[in-house]
Amino acid sequence: MDLSNYLLMRQEMSLLLVFLILIIYDLFSNDKAKNWFHFSACSLWFIHTVCGFLFPITGQSFAGMFVNGDIEIMTKNILNIGVLIIFLQSYSWLKKEDTAFKRGEFFMLVLITLFGMYLMISARNFILFFIGLETASLPVATLVAFDKYKHNSAEAGAKFILTAVFSSVIMLFGLSLLYGNCGTLYFEDIATTISSPSNLLILALTFVLTGLFFKLSLVPFHLWTADVYEGAPTNVTSYLSTISKGAAVFALMVFLYRVFGNLFEQWNIILWWIIAITITVGNIFAIRQNNFKRFLAFSSISQAGYIVLAVFIGTAQGMGASIYYILVYVVSNLAAFGVANAIENATGKINISDYNGLYKTNPNLSIVLMLAMFSLGGIPPTAGFFSKFFVFTAVAEQHEYVLLFIALLNTVISLYYYLLVVKALFINANEAPIEKFKTDWYAKISFIICLIGIFSIGFASYIYEYINSISFGI
Amino acid sequence: MFTYTLPILVIPALMFIFLGLMDNKFKPMTSGILGTIGLGIVAILSYIAAYDYFFSVGLIDGIYQKIIAFNFEWLKITEHLHIDLGILLDPISVMMLVVISTVSLMVHIYSFGYMNGERGFQRYYALLSLFTFSMLGLVVATNIFQMYIFWELVGVSSYSLIGFYYTKKSAIAASKKAFIVTRFADFFFLVGILLVSFYSETFDFISLTNPENNELIMKTAGLSFLGISVLSWGMMLIFMGGVGKSAMLPFHIWLPDAMEGPTPVSALIHAATMVVAGVFLVARLFPVYYLGTPEVLTIIAYIGAITSLFAAIVACTQTDIKRVLAFSTISQIAYMITSLGVSGLAGHEGLGYMASMFHLFTHAFFKALLFLGAGAVIHAVHSNEMSAMGGLNKYLKITNITFLIACLAIAGIPPFSGFFSKDEILVAAFHSDKILFACLYFCAGLTAFYMFRLYFNIFWNDNNKEYEHTPHEAPFVMTFPLIFLATLTCVCGFIPFSHYVSADAMPFETHINWAIASASIGVALIGIGIATKMYFKKSEIPDKVADTVKGLYTSAYHKFYFDEIWVFVTKRIIFEGISRPIAWFDRHVVDGFMNGLSWTTNFVSQKTKNLQSGLVQDYVTIFIGGALVIVLIMILI
Repeated sequence: MDLSNYLLMRQEMSLLLVFLILIIYDLFSNDKAKNWFHFSACSLWFIHTVCGFLFPITGQSFAGMFVNGDIEIMTKNILNIGVLIIFLQSYSWLKKEDTAFKRGEFFMLVLITLFGMYLMISARNFILFFIGLETASLPVATLVAFDKYKHNSAEAGAKFILTAVFSSVIMLFGLSLLYGNCGTLYFEDIATTISSPSNLLILALTFVLTGLFFKLSLVPFHLWTADVYEGAPTNVTSYLSTISKGAAVFALMVFLYRVFGNLFEQWNIILWWIIAITITVGNIFAIRQNNFKRFLAFSSISQAGYIVLAVFIGTAQGMGASIYYILVYVVSNLAAFGVANAIENATGKINISDYNGLYKTNPNLSIVLMLAMFSLGGIPPTAGFFSKFFVFTAVAEQHEYVLLFIALLNTVISLYYYLLVVKALFINANEAPIEKFKTDWYAKISFIICLIGIFSIGFASYIYEYINSISFGI
Repeated sequence: MFTYTLPILVIPALMFIFLGLMDNKFKPMTSGILGTIGLGIVAILSYIAAYDYFFSVGLIDGIYQKIIAFNFEWLKITEHLHIDLGILLDPISVMMLVVISTVSLMVHIYSFGYMNGERGFQRYYALLSLFTFSMLGLVVATNIFQMYIFWELVGVSSYSLIGFYYTKKSAIAASKKAFIVTRFADFFFLVGILLVSFYSETFDFISLTNPENNELIMKTAGLSFLGISVLSWGMMLIFMGGVGKSAMLPFHIWLPDAMEGPTPVSALIHAATMVVAGVFLVARLFPVYYLGTPEVLTIIAYIGAITSLFAAIVACTQTDIKRVLAFSTISQIAYMITSLGVSGLAGHEGLGYMASMFHLFTHAFFKALLFLGAGAVIHAVHSNEMSAMGGLNKYLKITNITFLIACLAIAGIPPFSGFFSKDEILVAAFHSDKILFACLYFCAGLTAFYMFRLYFNIFWNDNNKEYEHTPHEAPFVMTFPLIFLATLTCVCGFIPFSHYVSADAMPFETHINWAIASASIGVALIGIGIATKMYFKKSEIPDKVADTVKGLYTSAYHKFYFDEIWVFVTKRIIFEGISRPIAWFDRHVVDGFMNGLSWTTNFVSQKTKNLQSGLVQDYVTIFIGGALVIVLIMILI
């Protein structure tokens, strides 16, 4: 047996190693040792993340099923950072009485879904991809229903698993059609087989893409998002809204250009409309929300629209912009979720109207949340400005001016509701604002990471240049 | 070699940040002492740099070299066009280093006495450091863009110093006026920079002003706009920036009002440093003006001469002693500008250039001395008005003598420094244009008259005046700078200036032209004589004279209504004619569009919220429906 195949999968292997260590730790340690569980998990994951940067390896194995290039490694690293932040933020939630006994499971489930996403990113064969997709979806339902004694959480879990399974089925149906049409499941082979569009191919194309649209919650496949985001524990919501989208975007990029490149004419027009509608619908619904998690759900729908917009452009610049956007989006969105999480854990409050006057009692958290909102809204000098800027430049260079105009218009609308949150924090008067509370050190570290990201990613131009240099175009 | 000049810029900058951040953490005296020590080091380094430059390194093959002591490429736009930050040493920048650091140091010391007990003493010293930093950065700029950056910094720091007493309405108004007027002029400066650098493809002073490098002139040859060549436009626009900062007509209106700032600030900013920035700018770009656009140089000369005459006449009628000094400053700066305007480039032809720089040098010291002296007077009687003064020679002995020396210097009486530099200017003007000469010559007489009007009204007239509180001489920290500057005023006229500064950087010999010199001494003495007759003792003559030339007197007293004209132009024409329609457009069309956007968004969001029903069945239906619609669209298209 040739072990070098596995050497290429070192990130996956390392992830599984962390996974195993944590399982054994969780199962065989006494209560006292368990106090160190969270710390160990975070440090192990930190080591894994750093190793991902330090020891990259590129190549392909398993007869071309599994590919690891610079851009794949970069995407995985971004996801690693996001997961690290989520682990850090989950401390006070997992410490609670009704979750403490199953804290190990949270890590297991997150890690195993992340493993699935790794596969989604690296897969160059639909079988492997589908395994990855399922590994990345089904355990998420468990995560969503993690607080199973809470009505909301259980309901959200049920809704998620039903819709997720439904979308998987549709995708699988699409895959079988594709196989029937092309006689192969390797990406490259399919790409060469497809020459002219037939109705069957179009059906296959739509159904396959639908699975990813579902994960990205693009309109009209987005309806599950708000309910699930609201019901799931906040940490899980942040995981769902950032990490799992990152993997899906990358897969979409590969699908569109590496598999269905020859059907460009067909999907181009559809994607154009989906992007325009997604950005707009996400924004319009976000305005009405009072529940902060629901609010972020719709805002993330709209943000996903911007990411797919960059994918849609398809030049190397556009792809670079989309990966870059994901990176910025991960740190900004996780900062926002982190604050929501901290407040929820301390007081149980999650509505935007509860945040009125927060600045008076918790100035530091308010500032973090404000910066996160600025970054999501794209106000300079935060990283969010640069990511939007690069996407728009890429769009303008391809002369898609109508789409650019729609996107810009929506940026204005989104600024409005992001600033509503900031207004609540700083300006709105409140007789009884949320009382002052302390944030644990894990969360503080995560905020520091996020803030460094928000401020430095935009200015450290080599990050963008590096991403741009490794991204592939049409 | 000259790397030690870097701290000249760095120390005041750090001092500003440090003092500014510490603000009230220090006792007032501590910040003052820290600031002064920092500036002392800067002054010493400047002197060493000047000594090294003029006496050991600068002169190679009979030409003063332009030395880049430090350079840092900051922003690269194209291969040739990049914005650098650096230090350029050449005769005029080294001279300016000495002038600025000396005057600034004197002002730092003087302020211990003058500002003692004021609220915001720490802030005052922090801002002084900022101003000194910006001014030093301006003069050592290696390229025109760096100059522009520091030019704006100078504007900002002078704004905050003029408005130092921010609880006083008039001070706030004055600071705003100074900032807006100079900023308005700077706008033209920026356009000029962009225009010139577009064709020259460089910001760099060395390559711009290299007489052998006529690429700029070649490239712009034949290009014209509205009948005037593009290069003339560019250089004229650049000069407009100088017009603003140096308070030439018609942008002079900010300077008299800027006297609302603390008096030592006036001495620093409005006598010796900021206001000469325009002169410095023209001197810096002189070869371009002379070789490329001689007609602009002529305009410059005439603007200078007219301003000089105008300001001198107004100065004769003002009663606020600081305003008299302000108008006298405008008049003297205009002298320098005129002198540059009549200058040639090589050898003795470049007398005007050298005379202008010489006058800048001497004027800085005696005008700072006049302002600091006026500060001592104000300190003693707590008023700026001449009517509140008189007979102070009994109380303020040192101030009296030093003020007299400065008055003699500005009037052009030998052996004080002003005589030498003014004489060179008159000679240069005489050889170039008789009308300009006549203008300047008349001004010299007026200058002597109004300065002695000021002097007598403060120190002599009305000898038996009763004061509520007996005026007392200022403390030593205030008289020391007076004495120091008075000494400089006595000796620095004897510096053989043409050995060091000249238009083509080659030393040459000058001699006093006694024919013109005696004529100028004569007219100065006449001016002093009339002033003595009218103001030495209380008399009726001034009122009678004012009555006989009533029209001229009132309009001069109202500064020839320039402020009113500006108010008319801005309020009636710009605000009502241009701004209001634009505001209407903004409010109704631009905002209307935005409001419509928000209204539509809200409306749609209200109407569509039922889509989100919360039922999984609905979700799945829409899901599959959406997928099928997509398929249909794709197939049908």
